[in-house]
Amino acid sequence: MISLTGVTKRFGDHVALEEVSLEVPEGSLTALLGPSGSGKSTLLRIIAGLEAPDAGTVVIDGRDQTAVPAQRREIGFVFQHYAAFKHLTVRENVAFGPRVRRRPRAEVAERVDELLGLVGLSAYRDRYPAQLSGGQRQRMALARALAVEPRLLLLDEPFGALDANVRAELRRWLLELHEQLPVTTVIVTHDQEEAMELAGSIAVLHEGRIAQTGPPRELYERPADDFVMGFLGPVSQLAGRLVRPHDLRITPDPREGAAEAMVTRVVHLGFEVRVELVLGDGVALAVQVTRAEAEALELRAGDIVWVAPDRTPAPAR
Amino acid sequence: MSAERPARLGLRVLALAYLGALLLVPVGVVLYRTLEPGIGAVWASLTTPAAIHAFQLTMTAALVAVPLNTVLGILAALVIVRGRFRGRALLDTVIDLPFAISPIVVGLSLIFVYGRTGWLGDALARAGIQIIFSWPAIVLATVFVTVPFVAREVAPVLREIGTEQEQAAATLGASSWQTFRRVTLPAIRWGVAYGVVLSTARAIGEFGAVSVVSGHIAGQTETLTLLVQERFENFNVAGAYAASALLAVIALCTLLAMTMIKPRKEYA
Repeated sequence: MISLTGVTKRFGDHVALEEVSLEVPEGSLTALLGPSGSGKSTLLRIIAGLEAPDAGTVVIDGRDQTAVPAQRREIGFVFQHYAAFKHLTVRENVAFGPRVRRRPRAEVAERVDELLGLVGLSAYRDRYPAQLSGGQRQRMALARALAVEPRLLLLDEPFGALDANVRAELRRWLLELHEQLPVTTVIVTHDQEEAMELAGSIAVLHEGRIAQTGPPRELYERPADDFVMGFLGPVSQLAGRLVRPHDLRITPDPREGAAEAMVTRVVHLGFEVRVELVLGDGVALAVQVTRAEAEALELRAGDIVWVAPDRTPAPAR
Repeated sequence: MSAERPARLGLRVLALAYLGALLLVPVGVVLYRTLEPGIGAVWASLTTPAAIHAFQLTMTAALVAVPLNTVLGILAALVIVRGRFRGRALLDTVIDLPFAISPIVVGLSLIFVYGRTGWLGDALARAGIQIIFSWPAIVLATVFVTVPFVAREVAPVLREIGTEQEQAAATLGASSWQTFRRVTLPAIRWGVAYGVVLSTARAIGEFGAVSVVSGHIAGQTETLTLLVQERFENFNVAGAYAASALLAVIALCTLLAMTMIKPRKEYA
């Protein structure tokens, strides 16, 4: 369990974090989500002890760790670019933590073999990091972080440097791993889909502050502000309000509260169809409909239609 | 592809001819001239008391200067690359001074400080310590001229490896010393090795600074390079060649030692 209270960090004139408070429950998988420069990585590094806050406290498992160096925080940290020890083999990399803690050799060997099996790298144990793919290196880095039996697992954009398909595979794998070893985990990402797929709870960061914290669905359906709404999924603007494209409905005839629009493009994305429209005042907007709906409407570029929210969006809190 | 072949061949010939003319031929001539009077004569001229002493003095100076400047060079590189204090840029510049200053000036400045009329002259004379025109001055001069090599080789490597591996080591519980010993040092070892080779070569081959502070007393303050000069000026050309050849052999051994510690597979 992590409790952050009033954490503030400045780099020169730039305020990276301002009065950030956050609770991460024991055994949870929490995502720090935000665009680059929002302060999410800085916050993670402060939890790890790699960065010292200018103000505020970091309490882990009830103990104030603000002044404790990274070496003694009992955390596992995974870096975006792996930070593999290039001169050591996969085995030696994973064994690094237990070795510097002077654990008995036999115990270390057993633990390392077990972890290499868990991350599926048993066959690569004697290779050097340069001989591994990006995905394998990151799995090695995870095994290395887990080898010290950390109280917290902190992941800084761990899949950011990987191909889309490897990223999807590693996400599934991380979820399974978290079910097997429910270590309190915090993952930093700028990818809302990644955060929603992995995390039980998401903290959205914006310009050094936490904009909203909650389960993915709550954030998506009841965003606290326009920023959270825009960051968690696609949005269209209609009559000065942000609406999800799938919450808009198109009708061929006028109806109450609907705006007149012209179809500019119909994009077929498999099951879903994105209808791009332009309103009378020249503002463009997109509507998401199912294939069946699109077929029933017989939409073509140049058609004049009427568009309105399908249901009243939940009011912002 | 076929049109490029003559060009590539030409470049290769040019590079080899350049190396040959500038390096291999002169070194070869030295070795040839050395061996001309026969191996017995060479052995005799290298085993005179003065030659043995010169060899020992050169080695002593190198054995002090190289380890000292290796340790200090690594520290200086760490401070220059990783440090966050105001004097960093100054240190970065000062460390290059021995490159910029002529060795003769280095020698003279040592005399200004430690010589009989120098700043510390009186104090040293009262304590009965002689530095200038004695072996400590030769060691000091050698240390001075070999300061930058290790630091200059290590600094760019440190910059390139970044700090992530060190941070990873810290999160895994490694102390600063463990991180340095197990992560940083292995990562910079090629820079260190190259710096050591360059320092050794310079320490053994230094002439100017050593010449000024030595006093040229045969069997006492004469290094191998000074021995070569002394023999050459006294028309003992064969003796000069023999001593030169010994210098060349030491240099080759240093280079070989570095090639022996081959890169391991992680760089494959």
